[in-house]
Amino acid sequence: MTDLTSLTLAEARDGLRAKAFSATELTEAHLAAIEAGNAALNAYVLVTADQARAMAAEADKRLANGTARDLEGLPIGHKDLFCTKGVRTTACSKILGDFTPTYESTVGQNLWGAGAVMLGKLNNDEFAMGSSNETSAFGPVVNPWRRTGKDGEQSADKLVPGGSSGGSSAAVSGRLALAATATDTGGSIRQPAALTGTVGLKPTYGRCSRWGIVAFASSLDQAGPIAKTVRDTAMMMKAMASYDPKDSTSVDIPVPDYEAALAGGVKGLKVGVPKEYRVEGMSAEAEALWQQGIAWLKAAGATIHDISLPHTKYALPAYYIVAPAEASSNLARYDGIRYGLRVPGKDLVDTYESTRAAGFGKEVRRRILIGTYVLSAGYYDAYYLKAQKVRTLIKRDFDVAFETVDVVLTPTTPNPAFAQGEKTADPLSMYLEDIFTVTVNMAGLPGISVPAGLSKQGTPLGLQLIGRPFDEATLLRAGQAIEDAAGRFTASGDWWLGGDAAAAAEATIKPAKKAAGAKAPKKR
Amino acid sequence: MQVDAATVRRIARLARIKVSAEEAKGLEGELSGLLDWVRQLDEVDTKNVEPMTRVVARDIPMRRDVVTDGGIADQVTANAPQADDSFFVVPKVVE
Repeated sequence: MTDLTSLTLAEARDGLRAKAFSATELTEAHLAAIEAGNAALNAYVLVTADQARAMAAEADKRLANGTARDLEGLPIGHKDLFCTKGVRTTACSKILGDFTPTYESTVGQNLWGAGAVMLGKLNNDEFAMGSSNETSAFGPVVNPWRRTGKDGEQSADKLVPGGSSGGSSAAVSGRLALAATATDTGGSIRQPAALTGTVGLKPTYGRCSRWGIVAFASSLDQAGPIAKTVRDTAMMMKAMASYDPKDSTSVDIPVPDYEAALAGGVKGLKVGVPKEYRVEGMSAEAEALWQQGIAWLKAAGATIHDISLPHTKYALPAYYIVAPAEASSNLARYDGIRYGLRVPGKDLVDTYESTRAAGFGKEVRRRILIGTYVLSAGYYDAYYLKAQKVRTLIKRDFDVAFETVDVVLTPTTPNPAFAQGEKTADPLSMYLEDIFTVTVNMAGLPGISVPAGLSKQGTPLGLQLIGRPFDEATLLRAGQAIEDAAGRFTASGDWWLGGDAAAAAEATIKPAKKAAGAKAPKKR
Repeated sequence: MQVDAATVRRIARLARIKVSAEEAKGLEGELSGLLDWVRQLDEVDTKNVEPMTRVVARDIPMRRDVVTDGGIADQVTANAPQADDSFFVVPKVVE
């Protein structure tokens, strides 16, 4: 029997329709993998086994009677930033407590309406703030990929899976889900994808509805998929994208058949290579992979053009004004009154202050304070307004570039996956992880990361393609060309599926222990 | 940009987050460092540049002013730490 968890989303879809196995078998295989492997990876914060089984059973009925929908019976993981009706949603923060939404996010509804099966909620950096999934109230996520030393031995050092969608990237690369939902505000889909050898797509701002997604920075947030291949990503995108009148920033443009568009190839595609993305501190491997990507696309028929995006270096500081500012506004609602944690105080203000101090983690508090500062009287013009003007210039750089090229090629990250704790001492060193990805959110453009190579320590590296607004189809077919040349990258071995006490005991920060029978790890 | 203790306290009060004395000390350094780093934006000439207020250039969508939702007070209060008869119960506000 094929290991069903090693299939791609497309292979599983085809297998179900060919009746090679049932949706129930497919879901059970993934539930078993989660049972064996989640203790070591901490990718899931809540497993919805009963619901998954019920959804799989329904899928089997539909597959049998000819009413199967696009993603019928395909088991996926769902980032815990998406509100799920009747299922606890926490944004991986203590402050939401056991918040159980009475509504489903639009993106979630689109996926279940296409027949996908929800395996559970995935871990992420608290309120989507982070690049390593080390700030979650449920503890850090571990990358299934490990470094290989010069002697060929695998190191047991825990590597980060990237963030904020670290649970999503770890689940997909660790074969605990066929695909996963994620969100991206400054790189939180693309960077984790790059660090785990998976594909991650952040659509154009306005392509996917933000309704029902816990808001971080409303002018930057976008939902998107993390999957094993470009084709799988296209399948997920087709289901996730929609026009939603409940989101006033949702754009009413038809959703193309992204999967059909993959066949286009890249002959005659004009690829821009921006010189400003060659930065100090970037690894030689990222630089070499970039050159390799250029060669691959050229060999596939694309033409390569040097371009300039002069305001590139200002995107990161501008982002770290705009995003925290918007976050300070969005997170003001967590006050202990209407939902979540309440720490009673001597009066109303004391209740607010105590609740928020106890409920928010360190990184979230840091960003709220920065955001509050840059919006406060006397500083608004110098910081927030200035950053928003720089943002106009960043967008304008891309508008000019897209007059001569169709896509822009860059590395996704300056370095491969780093070890837990390596960047937590200095917030700025963590923020620099996003240096190649934030420009795309600031300009509202679509961006995809495709795994393209391995570092000399055997850990994945990705290449990023940036496209015109609503031109995800071109990004996907260019991504397909890279995948065709680079091949697929799968984490070798299955050390995390050992699922034994040894793996859990190794952890310096213990994953939360499960009470007998319970499926939800407690928050720290 | 040196952020001092008084500034940290003021911002913490604006953000309604209780900050202990030791935390405040640490934050002074962190916030000062970050704010210094973002000041490089001053290098950019933005004299005749409009701030980006809409990511996608289109008018905000309008709809008819009719009630299309509501009557779900029980759902709205379902997650409240303290609720009573479709009200949220809060510490006393008015003396």
